[in-house]
Amino acid sequence: MRKARDAFLDPLFENNPIALQVLGICSALAVTTKLSTALVMSLAVIGVLVGSNVTVSLIRNRIPSSVRIIVQLTIIASLVIVTDQILKAYAYGISKQLSIFVGLIITNCIIMGRAEAFAMTHGPAHSFLDGLGNAFGYSLVLLYVAFFRELLGSGSVFGITLLTPTTNGGWYPTNGLMVLAPAAFLLIGCFIWIVRIWKPEQIEEEFRVGALPEPRDESHIR
Amino acid sequence: MQRNAAYTIRFAALVSVVGSVVVAAAAVTLKERQEANRLLDRQRQVLEVVGLRAPGERLTREEIAQRFTEHIRPVAVELATGDPAPDVDLTTFDQRKATRDPATSNIAPDNAAGVARISQHAVVYHLVRDEEINAVILPIEGKGLWSTMYGYLALDADLRSVRGITFYEHAETPGLGAEIETPSWRALWVGRRAFGPDWEPQLEVVKGAAGPPQEDPYEVDGLAGATITGRGVTNTVHFWLGPHGFGPYLGRYRDEKGIT
Repeated sequence: MRKARDAFLDPLFENNPIALQVLGICSALAVTTKLSTALVMSLAVIGVLVGSNVTVSLIRNRIPSSVRIIVQLTIIASLVIVTDQILKAYAYGISKQLSIFVGLIITNCIIMGRAEAFAMTHGPAHSFLDGLGNAFGYSLVLLYVAFFRELLGSGSVFGITLLTPTTNGGWYPTNGLMVLAPAAFLLIGCFIWIVRIWKPEQIEEEFRVGALPEPRDESHIR
Repeated sequence: MQRNAAYTIRFAALVSVVGSVVVAAAAVTLKERQEANRLLDRQRQVLEVVGLRAPGERLTREEIAQRFTEHIRPVAVELATGDPAPDVDLTTFDQRKATRDPATSNIAPDNAAGVARISQHAVVYHLVRDEEINAVILPIEGKGLWSTMYGYLALDADLRSVRGITFYEHAETPGLGAEIETPSWRALWVGRRAFGPDWEPQLEVVKGAAGPPQEDPYEVDGLAGATITGRGVTNTVHFWLGPHGFGPYLGRYRDEKGIT
């Protein structure tokens, strides 16, 4: 039972795919200028990641290991295309704004990473929770970034204006940096910083230039 | 797990077949709804460019369809001659698809708007009030800084002044070039003169601010930090109002209405 809980809860802060593993950054930059797009992107990733984890886990004992990566990719690609089609049918406006980024979920390292690292060796129930947890961890960062980018960059939250921008006759001069991609880097950096103050064990050993590890004895290879 | 080659091939084939069936099923069952969305989106843009929908106003599908059929009359035209094109099916015509297909489009002459191919046909929309044409709505597209910008330009019934402009699809820089889609900038276009005295397209986006339409009829305020996007918008408008765009159609329209 404890293992199941960990599979779900660990990826939120303990082992967050974006903050600790630094995966899936590309879409975290691209779709976070507004909360609405970030939310739909999060839902799409939740759907795909849970679906792929469960599917891969169900057939994990039958997948020939020589083609396992391409089999995982086929499953993920199919799920992503279906998700894209559903968005085009039921959330047309937002799917237009997300444009190619839904399709690019295929290349989101989190999805394949979980399929290969977890679903291939665990049962469907645990894989389901692991997929859900990782997708939530991803969504958490996405929504956090989008909240600040939309609030500071456009003065609104979910499209509802809170700080009336000067361009619309208000008092708030919108922060132009926030609508550009680098702002997401800064915000993700802050997120990582805060999580590591809270959980110091995530801090890696200091990286020093010039201090290379001792060369290993490789004479046995030949 | 190691398996023999035959098993591997069978397994790969099975996964592929299942995957394609799932994808195909989704595409086929959702197609109708997606088409309806696309049509609705286009209708919403057309309504917005002539002010039948306020920016940001939420309308149900039925309201959009109802306002559209009540006020808007689509007309298919042949671009090169400006003649009506009665064989074009208005419900299914997609100018972008027609532009891509070599059978229904031609290579565009060199132009500043970055238009590579021109569809042989286009659908223009008339805003009709009391059985009279009140505005003419033209689809436009051209290169900005990063992307092709797609939108509509609406002219008053006498074709002299701009009624409105929209850009519904583009990938210009957020906060800079992307301001072309904001209602405040689009409002600056309304009432400006599109054509010079000899019906040559003259309206342009300038650097800095322009005066009110009475003082600077041919100039629209530029967007700070988006000079190239602004130039792209100017080139796009000039191209579509010019001889390779809707020029022949607009000339024919003026003859019919006796506008000189």
